[in-house]
Amino acid sequence: MTALRNDATRLGAEGVTVGYADRVVLDNLDVTIPTGVITTVIGPNGCGKSTLLRTLSRLLKPRQGTVLLDGHDIARLKTKDVAKRMGLLPQTPIAPEGLTVADLVARGRHPHQSWVRQWSSDDADVVAKALRMTGVSDLAHRPVDSLSGGQRQRVWISMTLAQGTDLLLLDEPTTYLDLAHAIDVIDLVDDLHEGGCTIVMVLHDLNLAVRYSDNLIVMKSGSIVAQGHPSDVITSELLLDTFGLQAKVIDDPVSERPLIVPIGRTHVVPKSDQGLG
Amino acid sequence: MSTQMHPGVRVGNWSWVWRPWIVLVTAVLAALTFLVFCVSISVGDFIIDLPAVIRTIFGQGERVDEFVIMDLRMPRALVGLIVGAALGISGALTQSIARNPLASPDVLGITGGASATAVFLVTVTSGAVVTSTVGLPAAALTGGLLTGLLVYFLAWRRGIDGFRLILIGIAVNAVMQALTTWLLALADIRDVARAQAWLVGSLDSRSWTEVWTTLWVTLALIVIVLVTAFQLQPMHFGDDVAAGLGVRYSAVRAVLLLCAVLLAGVAVSAAGPVPFVALVAPQITMRLLRTPVPPLIASGLFGALLLIGSDLIARSVLPNDLPVGVVTAIIGGPFLVYLLVRANVKRAA
Repeated sequence: MTALRNDATRLGAEGVTVGYADRVVLDNLDVTIPTGVITTVIGPNGCGKSTLLRTLSRLLKPRQGTVLLDGHDIARLKTKDVAKRMGLLPQTPIAPEGLTVADLVARGRHPHQSWVRQWSSDDADVVAKALRMTGVSDLAHRPVDSLSGGQRQRVWISMTLAQGTDLLLLDEPTTYLDLAHAIDVIDLVDDLHEGGCTIVMVLHDLNLAVRYSDNLIVMKSGSIVAQGHPSDVITSELLLDTFGLQAKVIDDPVSERPLIVPIGRTHVVPKSDQGLG
Repeated sequence: MSTQMHPGVRVGNWSWVWRPWIVLVTAVLAALTFLVFCVSISVGDFIIDLPAVIRTIFGQGERVDEFVIMDLRMPRALVGLIVGAALGISGALTQSIARNPLASPDVLGITGGASATAVFLVTVTSGAVVTSTVGLPAAALTGGLLTGLLVYFLAWRRGIDGFRLILIGIAVNAVMQALTTWLLALADIRDVARAQAWLVGSLDSRSWTEVWTTLWVTLALIVIVLVTAFQLQPMHFGDDVAAGLGVRYSAVRAVLLLCAVLLAGVAVSAAGPVPFVALVAPQITMRLLRTPVPPLIASGLFGALLLIGSDLIARSVLPNDLPVGVVTAIIGGPFLVYLLVRANVKRAA
């Protein structure tokens, strides 16, 4: 198992209960996000994984319990101070038609700006760096709506980087992307992690989550059922219990991680021919 | 490095992004507005030449000109200027907040509510309140404000969704229009004439008292808007992104929407429900400035230009006294269509 760099935890939740109207989505949940690694929240649809991310990022206010950011109760921090410590990419950001990449990424500096100080040379440097790190410098003057889905997602990630934090929360950064673009975006996320960022994300694709995360949080009906390194957490029993998915977990031929091979009702050859354990 | 970012401008500790095209077009709009403002004052029962107008505005004019300009013509032109600017900024705000170009104070029922209240006063209470000039504008402003708040609270559902805001606005507006028609149908014929005169929107016979009230209220609102508008920029990306960038979007939205409703209310109470300026000014301006979202200051300038320009045309070119609202629609509509079609042609090329 990869050793988690467990110096002071930056983000965590203690006993949070979150709900909409009469429905409880998260029930008295405790979670600690290890620093310096990629943590991915997985779970079946409706298990509350996006709700957990939204709670950690202060978009949702828990009914009970507290979210701690750098040791502070996040509810008591100023919105602007939260934004200086934590970058967030929600699921459906809107880019107004005709907005250029440079202008969008430049908005990431907002938490550091004020009415009288709307643009400094500092801002320009950070934005140029964010564009470079996400490989979109050459697109800087293109309108965002003229880009492909994968490029667009890079641009949004670039904007959260321009916030200048090393703690990033990404809600399903690969949704709507084809596999090649999904890999491209998630490789970028891994680069950021290599560069020292702590990353928390929600992913739908289990194999991508297993391949790229150092820490998995597995959720089911508002509770955390397992947490740890993918190699320790992912078993066929867990997949059956949590997702109701029949699957075989094998060694990934290209990485040192497990690989999930789903077993559906059809297109499965009889056991004797499979040649697998 | 291939990236050139927007350069910054610095004045001491203050710094902004330098966008030459936007500054240039805004300056041209301001110059044009001032020019039309002066022409508007020079034209009347007799023409005062432009240099004399400008001299008089800056206090260097002859005594004869001074009376005609300062006492008779200036109030009308100034009210037009303020009302146009208020409508332009109000429209830019509502369109930005709803993230939808359809969301203008006319569509959201604010103008309709103001009209219904004013007509109610004229027809039901008849002479009593109308004779006092304060009564009617104040009532229109109150009606517009209450309707705006009603639409906002009805549209509220764990936040504000643009489409829902517009649909509820259209519904409330329809009720207000029906109420207005109903009141006019029931009313005494003399009151109807008085109400109609107000309903078409006009800049006729303005006094300095009206100018000052409208001016101060509008200026105060514009200052609040411009200070708050910095927080509006990330809100174009959606509420979640705005929150992630440290914006308390509910508070910002409430303040700006209230300002938009009040600006529209002040405009309606000063000049009657002049249609179309609030819808079209921000849309035309963002195409002239090539900005992705409606620019506030330039929308206000264009609104003012459109309104005093239309008033000038209504008075000088057209044969009989047409209400200014008719002309704003005739000029603004085709111009917006032209800009939209030109964009299509460019994209196809």
